[in-house]
Amino acid sequence: MASLHVIKPKARLSNSNILFLIAAIIFVVMYLFAIISFPGSFRQVQTFFDLFNLNAPLIIMTLGLSIVMIGGGIDISIGAVCGLITMACAVSLESRMGSIGGAVLVALGIGIAFGLLQGYLIAYLEIQPFIITLSGLFLAQGLLTTLHKDPINVTMPAFVSLRDFDFVIPWLGTKNRLGIFIPCEIKPGVIVVVVLLVILATLMKWSRFGRNVYAVGGNSHSAMMLGINVKRTIFFTYVISGLTAGIAGFVYIMTTGAGNVGNAAGAEMKAIASAIIGGTLLNGGVGNLLGAPIGTLILLVINELIRAGGVQSNYQAIVSGLLLYFFIVLQSVIMSLRDKKKFSLALPTWLRKKTVTQG
Amino acid sequence: MRKLITTLSQLVLPISVMMLLIVINLIKGVDYFNITLVNGALYGNIPNILFGASELVILSIGMTLVTAASQGQDISIGVNATISSAVFVLFVLHAGEVTLLVIVAGFLLSCVAGLVLGAFNGTLVSVFKVQPMVASLILFTGGRSIAFMIDGKLSPILANDISNQIGTVIPGVPIQTPIILTAIFIALVAVLFKTTNLRLYVETVGINPNAARLNGINPKKIIFLTFLIMGVCSAVAGFIAVNKAGRHDSVNQLKLIMMDAILAVAIGGNSLIGGKFSITGSIIGAYTIEMLNRTLLRLEIEPAMIKVFKAVFIIILMVVASPVVRVYFSKTLDRVRTWRLTTTIPKDAMVSTGKKEE
Repeated sequence: MASLHVIKPKARLSNSNILFLIAAIIFVVMYLFAIISFPGSFRQVQTFFDLFNLNAPLIIMTLGLSIVMIGGGIDISIGAVCGLITMACAVSLESRMGSIGGAVLVALGIGIAFGLLQGYLIAYLEIQPFIITLSGLFLAQGLLTTLHKDPINVTMPAFVSLRDFDFVIPWLGTKNRLGIFIPCEIKPGVIVVVVLLVILATLMKWSRFGRNVYAVGGNSHSAMMLGINVKRTIFFTYVISGLTAGIAGFVYIMTTGAGNVGNAAGAEMKAIASAIIGGTLLNGGVGNLLGAPIGTLILLVINELIRAGGVQSNYQAIVSGLLLYFFIVLQSVIMSLRDKKKFSLALPTWLRKKTVTQG
Repeated sequence: MRKLITTLSQLVLPISVMMLLIVINLIKGVDYFNITLVNGALYGNIPNILFGASELVILSIGMTLVTAASQGQDISIGVNATISSAVFVLFVLHAGEVTLLVIVAGFLLSCVAGLVLGAFNGTLVSVFKVQPMVASLILFTGGRSIAFMIDGKLSPILANDISNQIGTVIPGVPIQTPIILTAIFIALVAVLFKTTNLRLYVETVGINPNAARLNGINPKKIIFLTFLIMGVCSAVAGFIAVNKAGRHDSVNQLKLIMMDAILAVAIGGNSLIGGKFSITGSIIGAYTIEMLNRTLLRLEIEPAMIKVFKAVFIIILMVVASPVVRVYFSKTLDRVRTWRLTTTIPKDAMVSTGKKEE
């Protein structure tokens, strides 16, 4: 990339970056709009952190899904797998042998097992990913109901203390009506999100594996011609997606503290929507992992705005559908204008210099 | 004759699955094919499967076309059916006295609603070049609320004789009406494909849109057309579903049917990334899914476990049908054949080859 910028005097942003940029700009504009129209709630820093606190599992799932989508596949089993893992963790924590380490192992184990199974079937047996992950969804839902049907509230003391644990930021916060200073709080799940985001974004941007994923997603045939092991690359994207679903499951139970049949139900569609809004294309080959949290946040801010605006509950879905429509059309119009070369965005000079020095 | 053989080879998978399910059912109980006459209509396992799968069959026909042309899937079909049937119910309930004419007019109106919804998705896919799954995600998110608003936040009940007869049986006709409607719909689709070039055009666009454009076929028009057909299919499916249930439930009607429809397309031997398609395969696939569901119920598997069995069955099915396993089997078959040839070669031939080697 960097060398290209050196050669071309008018270097253009890549598709991955422009879609991410659109999403990021929209998010900032939307959040500013929210702050202006509802200053009471949105100006508090805690509101921003709560978006992360309550939706960390969704962001983690979107990260894994984005990698699969960049590789040209799709994984619709993640929501059900995440739900299964919350229940399995709850059951294992409530049993006599239960420990937090054991629950983490259970979560990662189930996630990786699903990833390995689906990855093997999709990559090496060349079965259509939609069908395999759909049956993965059925499998996870079925196992969930066979494992336990009723909600379990985990009462293990060590786990409860972990659930209620918060990182407090003493220098950031708001004063409430009585004038008492309330510092901001961050759940441990958010730390997991940040760490995973850094690791996975680094992996996709600078490692050989990440570049292989982009190549395979863009055109698997030419990737094969270039000597990339296409099957192994696809296989590992699904393993990563399973792993992130496992982590998301544990983070989910760490925030809610209960195993329930309805946990994370329908999360796969939310994750797909947020990955798309964040600039990842379903065709593969295009996407930026930093777009995954941005896309999720856009969806969540839309919901929060609708709730803050006091819209009736059955209009909420319609409004979020309309906003989704707006994003999708906007993305498509910009992409088609770019194809006709009527709209090109040169990198600002200071940015270009930076990339040159890096390269 | 050769054409017949190629079409049959595409249908090997769905038909063999169906046979397998029938065998399992026969092992469970020999009375599987029994048909009884109740109130002048035929009931039994097979009529129940035909009755239960009618919406799925109609939707999977549309899904096959959309998949073939646009190389993606429409996930809003259940929602579209719910919205268009909400229009139908609204019209019938406001019409006063319910006559056959009112029902037909309501049905046509719901078809128009279906066309509008199909055009919405189709415009996004063909003009704006959005992937079908993303485009239909919009209606998937907001559609049920639209249906909820149309039917006045209640679940209205269709209590009249005609819709009751459409949902169950017409007196004097031994077959349940949804089965007849499905058969008529399949016949209409067959006529459409016999009399027009639609199949050729759809396949061309699905295989390579750019090549199709260079050959004078407008891929945008064809993709838009498949989405319109999908809209009509969902309107018909919604019409049947609402008459079967006797009431309009905008929250749960045809929920998650898109998964089954996509599965039917895949079981029917169609590729999910577009190109050549077989509607017969999809229809058989849809009936197979309904048969699978009813078989699992008949085997008295615990309700909690049903989904596990369904998933395992689908995975095994797809593994057996996967290209890698197929190639492997055909290779081993070839090896067995050549091995048998070498063992059955007469002794004279062996001697002659031996001489040559010397």
